[in-house]
Amino acid sequence: MKVGAWGAMILVVRRELCLSFRRPDQLLQPLVFFLIVTTLFPLGLTLQLSLLRDMAPGVLWVAALLSSLLSLDSLFKSDADDGTLEQLALCGQGLTVIVVAKTFAHWLVSGAALVLVSPVVATALGIPVGAFSIMMLSLGLGTLTLSWLGAIGAALTVGLRRGNVLLSLIVLPLAMPLLIFGAGATDRAISGVSPAGALYFLAALCVFTCTLAPFAATVALRITLE
Amino acid sequence: MKRVVGELGVEKVHVWRGDRHVLKGVSLTLRPGEILHVSGPNGTGKTTLLRVVCGLLRPEQGRVSWLGKSIAAIRDEYQAALAYASHEPALKGDLTALENLRFSVGLKRRVAPAELRASLERTGVAACADLPVRVLSAGQRRRVALARVLAMAASLWLLDEPFTNLDAAGADLVSGLLQSHAAQGGLALVVAHHDLKLDCPVRRLELAA
Repeated sequence: MKVGAWGAMILVVRRELCLSFRRPDQLLQPLVFFLIVTTLFPLGLTLQLSLLRDMAPGVLWVAALLSSLLSLDSLFKSDADDGTLEQLALCGQGLTVIVVAKTFAHWLVSGAALVLVSPVVATALGIPVGAFSIMMLSLGLGTLTLSWLGAIGAALTVGLRRGNVLLSLIVLPLAMPLLIFGAGATDRAISGVSPAGALYFLAALCVFTCTLAPFAATVALRITLE
Repeated sequence: MKRVVGELGVEKVHVWRGDRHVLKGVSLTLRPGEILHVSGPNGTGKTTLLRVVCGLLRPEQGRVSWLGKSIAAIRDEYQAALAYASHEPALKGDLTALENLRFSVGLKRRVAPAELRASLERTGVAACADLPVRVLSAGQRRRVALARVLAMAASLWLLDEPFTNLDAAGADLVSGLLQSHAAQGGLALVVAHHDLKLDCPVRRLELAA
């Protein structure tokens, strides 16, 4: 009996999660990086809560972007290296289904996990509890968008030996709007102004990449598979 | 086990890699129950031919057809009917043999774990089913990859050097599997340096440099 696209997607997500949890070091590395970078800032700056609070959104978002980049490199590369990517490409489901499932699973273990630990970091940076929900929402939208942008970059650089440098060069410029609006939304939430405008912009970027990036990444991956 | 049996056609396929003309107008047809042994010196494009037949590599000229239709037009249907085993075993070291099979065969068709264990049993690695593939030997990995081909219940087998790393018993096993596949009306395209010693007729395609 044939397997439907949803069934296939669930299976690939389970495969990815299973692989991630077998490698806890790789799973934890971006999270630990995020925690360390953000907690170094309060230690390095003078003990002025107001200064820290002003810088907190920027620090939080830059650390989130960089730590998401850390795990992007392996999105398709580990499968390409051991040949399982070819098997996935020939599974009769269409490569787009595989790309969507793999990217979503990547977001679950990098982006979503980062969102979950962000309150800890936010406390260290002096962000008031009232702004946590907006901060987490904006981080969620931002990391999901970044995973999609990263999927295109990872698909393009999968055949290169030192692809991770090129990957950052491709992805980081595209992530600038995320940084601006993400940090903007968090900043507004801290100072008590409505963050709706920035959040809408983040949501629009997220929808835009979610709908188009799978196809772009599929085409890129098909080219590198040849 | 329902099998979709069809006919494979490769017509005048040309492939260039950079400025190297790797495949120079290769044509072949394969009918149900036929096994084609592709051989030739290193670097004559045997693996390239296999990748073209899979649809992983698009030829610059020529076409590959399945049941008379171009494989690009019926890609999903065609992929469901084929099982490809590349020269590397293509297994995840961190997953067990059974999980490897479940996550790749499971994308092609609904399959019960018992059936996967049965195919591991047929290739003689049932004892390794619950071990992570990274602890298996190269020969055992090859057998797991063969079990995956079996479990896919595909009508077209595309095997790239299936005898690599296998002991004498393993080579006999591959021959036996190919024979029973052909007897059931399956098609197989086998790239091997090794002579295929089968009881059923084997056609040969020799690629020249």
